[in-house]
Amino acid sequence: MTNKVFTTVGKPEQRIDAVEKSTGKVRYVGDYSVPGLMHAKLVTSTQAHAKITSIDTTEAWKVPGVRAIVTGEVFPYHIGPILADRPPLAFEKVRYYGEPVAIIVADHEYQAKLATTKVKVEYDPLPIVNSVQQAFQADAPLVHENAGSYTKIISNVYPKTGTNIGSHIKIRKGNFEDEWENCEETITANYSFNLSDHVALETRSTRVEINPRGKVIVHSCSQSPFTIKKVLNQFFNVEVGNVLVHIPMIGGAFGGKGTVQLEPLAYLASKSVGGKLVKLEMDREEDMITSPCRVGLDATVQLGATKEGKLVAGKYTYLLDSGAYTDQAAGITRAAAIDCTGPYDIPNVWCDSYCVYTNHPFATSFRGYGHPELTFAVERTMDQLAKQLQIDPIQLRIINGIKPGHTTPTQTVLTANNIGDIEKCINRAKELIQWDEGQKMVSGKNKVRSKGISMFWKTSTTATNAEAGAILTFEADGSVNLNCAAIELGQGTKTILGQILAEKLGMGMDKIHVTMETNTQYDPHQWRTVASSSTFLAGRAVIAAADHAITQLKKTAATVLKCSPDDLDIGGGKVYLKPDPAFGVDIKEIALGYTYPSGHSIDGQVVGIGKHIQRHLTPMDEETGFGKPGPWWSVGVQAVEVEMDTRDFTYTILKGVTVLDGGTIINPKTAQQQMRGGMYMGLSYATSEKFIFDEHGVVQNTGLRNYPMLRYGEQPAQYLVDFIESPAADGPFGARGIGEYGVIGAPACLANSLSYALDVALNQLPLTPESIWEASRGSEE
Amino acid sequence: MNSLSKTSKQLIQLHVNGETHDAVVRSADTLLIALREQLGLTGAKRGCENGDCGACSVLINGKPSHSCLSLAVEVIDQPITTIEGLMDSPVSKAFVDNWAIQCGYCTPGFIVNCHSLITTHPDANDELIEEWLQSNICRCTGYEEIREAVHTLLASGQTENE
Amino acid sequence: MIAFDFKYIKPTTAKEASKLFLNAKQKGNKAMFYSGGTEIITLARVNQLQTDMVIDIKGIPECNVLEIRGNELVIGSTVSLNDIAKSKLFPLLGDTVQRIADHTSRNKITIGGNLNSELIYKEGILPLLVADAKVKLAKGLEQRIVSLESIFKKQLELETGEFLVQIIVDKSYLDHPHMAKKRTKISKVGYPVVSVAALVKECQIQIAFSGVCQYPFRSFKLESVLNDTKVPVMERIGTAMQHLPEDVVDDIQGTKAYRTFVLRNVLKDILEELELTK
Ligand code: FES
Ligand code: FES
Repeated sequence: MTNKVFTTVGKPEQRIDAVEKSTGKVRYVGDYSVPGLMHAKLVTSTQAHAKITSIDTTEAWKVPGVRAIVTGEVFPYHIGPILADRPPLAFEKVRYYGEPVAIIVADHEYQAKLATTKVKVEYDPLPIVNSVQQAFQADAPLVHENAGSYTKIISNVYPKTGTNIGSHIKIRKGNFEDEWENCEETITANYSFNLSDHVALETRSTRVEINPRGKVIVHSCSQSPFTIKKVLNQFFNVEVGNVLVHIPMIGGAFGGKGTVQLEPLAYLASKSVGGKLVKLEMDREEDMITSPCRVGLDATVQLGATKEGKLVAGKYTYLLDSGAYTDQAAGITRAAAIDCTGPYDIPNVWCDSYCVYTNHPFATSFRGYGHPELTFAVERTMDQLAKQLQIDPIQLRIINGIKPGHTTPTQTVLTANNIGDIEKCINRAKELIQWDEGQKMVSGKNKVRSKGISMFWKTSTTATNAEAGAILTFEADGSVNLNCAAIELGQGTKTILGQILAEKLGMGMDKIHVTMETNTQYDPHQWRTVASSSTFLAGRAVIAAADHAITQLKKTAATVLKCSPDDLDIGGGKVYLKPDPAFGVDIKEIALGYTYPSGHSIDGQVVGIGKHIQRHLTPMDEETGFGKPGPWWSVGVQAVEVEMDTRDFTYTILKGVTVLDGGTIINPKTAQQQMRGGMYMGLSYATSEKFIFDEHGVVQNTGLRNYPMLRYGEQPAQYLVDFIESPAADGPFGARGIGEYGVIGAPACLANSLSYALDVALNQLPLTPESIWEASRGSEE
Repeated sequence: MNSLSKTSKQLIQLHVNGETHDAVVRSADTLLIALREQLGLTGAKRGCENGDCGACSVLINGKPSHSCLSLAVEVIDQPITTIEGLMDSPVSKAFVDNWAIQCGYCTPGFIVNCHSLITTHPDANDELIEEWLQSNICRCTGYEEIREAVHTLLASGQTENE
Repeated sequence: MIAFDFKYIKPTTAKEASKLFLNAKQKGNKAMFYSGGTEIITLARVNQLQTDMVIDIKGIPECNVLEIRGNELVIGSTVSLNDIAKSKLFPLLGDTVQRIADHTSRNKITIGGNLNSELIYKEGILPLLVADAKVKLAKGLEQRIVSLESIFKKQLELETGEFLVQIIVDKSYLDHPHMAKKRTKISKVGYPVVSVAALVKECQIQIAFSGVCQYPFRSFKLESVLNDTKVPVMERIGTAMQHLPEDVVDDIQGTKAYRTFVLRNVLKDILEELELTK
C-alpha cells in the first residue's frame, strides 16, 4: 500500500460542506420552526446544594399559553452514560447551581420563559462541597448519600458509598514503591484548575415529538444519536426501534454534545402535552452551566529518575472535579489513568485517578478527554525535572520518549503499527520553533521572548465493541450516495469519508454524494462521533462497503464483458479490463443493473454495505489497570513562543507549532484546520477560561461577557503545522484519528514557555496576567 | 394589571435585502428573533443574545450590528442586509477558498462583518481588521484561516460586489 | 428572548418624551428612556430589569447632533460610540470609547446610554470629566445646562422624567495633550480592570478613573498629589493610592490587590508620558 500513489487521499480536496455554510443556508437544528411547534423552558436551581422543600407553580400556570409544567416526581429515576446517578429533573434535592428543576411547556418561547420566572421553589440549603480537596476530607458533606447503589452502565466504574468518590481507577505497573526509594533524583509537583466550558457556538437544542403510533421522533444536535435511542429505551422504556433520531450538521460540539441531557427532558415535555412537537433550546447561560461542562483537575505528579535523566518511576494522583454527577467524567477518570504517564517509557507506574463529586455543574467529555489536563501536569513536571537535572527539556523528553517495544501504563505492548513516532515529531517541532536559537532572549525594555514545548499522546478509548457501518447506493449516472452515521460537527468527517470512498472507487469527489444528515432509521449503527474515532471506524466501514460494491460492479461487468471478475479493475467511472483499460463498461450502465438491448436485465442496483468493529479491546483490571483500552496511540509535540512583558505580565503568543503523527493524512487541509483550531482552543483554555465559584458554589461567570476566550488577533501570529505520517497498518489508507489532538499539548507548552520566561513555576490555569502576577509574587516572598 | 403590560403584537414592515416584508412582532422581540421566526432568515444565529459573540450579525444601514441588540420595532425605517442578501459577496468565496469554515455556525456573522469591513475600508490595515473582527467569536478555526481570507480579499482589491 | 412585554414609543421632541415618561409614571407604570438600548435589551433578557414602556429618544433631532458650534463641541446623547470615534472631533473621547465593548456593539451603544449604564464602568464619562464638560438635560418644556460634575455623583443624578440631550465640551479642551489607557483581564474585548483618561491643561494633569472604584471618578485631591512634580513619580503614585475615594474594587475581573498593581503601572506610564508634554 505504501508505494501506491493516491489520487484523492492526501490531497486538499475542498470540504463538501463549505459552500453551503458560506451562504447561511445550512439549517442547524434550532433553525427549524413550524406553526404549532411548542416551546419548553427550564426552571433551574438557584442553589448549589439544597433540599427541595416545595415547588409552587400556581402563578406560572396563570401565564397565557402555558400548557404543561413538569417536575421531578414525574420521573424519579437516575440516568447516566457510565453510572446512572443523575435525575434528568432534580427531585428531592439539587446538587448544582443551574440544575433543571422543572420544565414549562407553552405555545411560545417567551410565554414559557415568563412562566419559569413565576415558579416558586423553596429550598433548604445543605452544606456545599466546593472543591475536590474538600470533597476528599473525611467529614465532607456528601453530594450523593448512596453512590455505591447506583446502577453501573459500563463495568469500569467504582463508586464508593459514604464518600464523594464516583469512581477510582488504579494503575499498578512494576514496583513503584521500591523503585521510588532508589531514585537518584525525584520531583513532586501539584497542579490544579477549575471546571470550564466547551462554548460550542451553537448552543444545545432539540425537538421531540411522540407520534400516535408511539414513535418518538427526535431532532437534535447530538454526537451520539444511537445513545439517545439507548437512553430512551434503557431508562424510559421506549422500544429501541420506536426511537427515530435525526441529526443535521452541528455548530461545534467538542465533546459537549456527546452526552444525552436535553433529549430526555424534551421527551418528558412532549409527553406532558400529548406527544406534540416540543422544542427545547438552551440559552447561552444554560448551555454553560445547566448543560455539562469540562472537568476540573487537581493533580500530583511524582517522577523519579537517574542522574542522566532516565525515568524510573512515576506516581500520578488525579482528582477530577466531575461536578454533581459522574457522566463522562467517570470515563475521563479512566482515560487519564490509561495514559497517565504521557508518552514516556516508565517501568514503574502507580496511578490513582479519582472521579470526585462536588456541588459544581457536572462535567462531560471535552475534546482531548482529560488529556490536555494530564498533559499539563506531566509536561510541567518534565520541565521542572529538566531544570533540576540541568538537562535540556527536549533532551530529557527524547531520552524517555515511548517507542515500539515499550509498554503503556496498562501494559499494552506497543508496536510500529499502533503508535506514532514521537522522536521524529519532537525533532521536527524543534526545527519549527527554532529551539537551537535559544529558549529565552530579551526583546526590549521589560520584554522577553521564550519558548516552551510539550509532548503528548492519546489513545482512542472507545467502547470495546464500538462499531460503524456505511451504505453505498449507486445512482443512474454512476455517482454514489454515501450514508453513514458519522456526524459532521465541523471537523470535516463527511469530506474525509467521501475522500476515502472516492479513492477506493477511483472516482472524483464530484461523483460522491455524502448525506450530511444522520438518520438512525436509514443509517447503519455507529457507536458515537467522539474520541477521534470516525476516520478510523467509519473509514474502515466505508472501505468495506466500497469493496462490497466493487465486487458487485465487477460481477455485473464480467457478465457484460464476458470475462472473469478477476480480469477487471475499476476507475474513472468505468469497470475495465486490466490488460486493456480502453475496453470496459461505464458504471452508469450497470449502477442500477444492466439492461441488454433485448430489454432483459440483470443484477439490479449496486448497494454496498460495510461495517467495522473494534477488535481485541479489553476492559481494565480493577486492581492493576491491566488491559488493552484502545486500538492505537497518536502522538505529537506542540510548542509556542511567547513575548512576555515582565513588568505587567501581559503576553502575546508569537508562534504556535504542532507536529502530529496521525498516520496517513487523508486531507492535509482539514487536518491543518483541526490542528490550528485545536491549538487555539487549548491556548484559549490555558490563557483565560474557567468557571469562577463563590463560597456557595454559585458560578459567577455564566455568560460569554465574563468568560473571556481568545478573540481574533489574539491567536498566535503564526501557526505552524506539520505531520509525520507513520502509517497505521489497520487504519483506512494508514490513517489514525487526529480530531482531538491539536488541543492536548497547548496548555502545557504555553505554561512551560511562560514559566521559563519568568523563572517561576506556573502550575495553575488559566494563565491570566493576574494569576502570573500572583505566582511571581509568591515566588519572591 | 395595567393596560400597558398586555401582549400587543403588531404588524410592521422590515426592509431586508432590498425587499419589504411584513412581520408580526412583539415590541420586546429583537431583530434577530423577527428575522428568524417571521422572515425565515435563519442565517443570523442565536449564539448568546447578549452582544458577545457576533453570530447574529447583520448590516443595519450598511453597518455591522448585533441583531440580538436591536428591537425589531426600532429598525423599521432602516435598510437591513443579512447573510442571505450577500449571496454574491466575494467574502463568501474567500472564506471557502481559504478554509475559514469548519462548523459554519459563526460563518454568516463573520462574512457579514467582513463584507462591511472591506467595502467600508478597502485599505484596512491589521489593526483595523482586528478591531472589527474581535466582535465575532469562532470556536473552531482559531482565526488563522479567517485572517488569511480577509488578507486575500484586501490584497486582490476584490472588495466590491461584481 | 425577552419574556415580558413592554410598549415601544419613539417621540420626535424632547417635550413629548418627558411627557410620555411622566404620564406613564402617573398611571403607575414604569417607563425608561431608550437610546442605544443594548443594556436594556440584555438586562431585560435575563430578567434583571422590568419596564412597561421604553421611550426611544433617537427620533429627537437634538439628540443626534455631533458638531462644533462656535466654541463648543456638541454631542447628542444618542450618537453612537463609533460615530464619535470616527468624527475625530475629540480624540481623547474617541480613544476611550473605542475600547468599550466591541466594534459591532459600538455601532449601537450610544454615549448617553454609556453614561447612564447600570454597570460600574461608564468609561465614556472619563474624558468628559477631565474636559469639564457640561450637559444639556430636558424635562417637559424645560431644558437646563449644567456642569457634568455637578450632577454626576457616582451616577448621573437626573430628576424624574428628565433625560440627557446633549454633552457640551469647550473647544479648547479638544486638542490638549492626552492619554487613555485601558487594561482588561486578558482579551481586548472586556470590562476594564483599570481604565484611565487624562489630559494636560495648563501644565496640570486632569485625570479620571474607571474600574478602580464602584463608580468612575475624578478627584481634585488626587490630581493635586499627582501634579506635585517636586515629589518623585513613584512616591506620588503611592500617595495617590491613599486618596482614592473608596476601596478598590475586588471582583471576578480582578482582585483588589491586582487592580492596585495595574493602576500603579498605568499611572506611572501616564505620568511619565504626559509630563514630557508639559
Ligand atoms: S447572538 Fe447576538 S452577539 Fe451573540
Ligand atoms: S466555524 Fe465553528 S464557530 Fe467558527
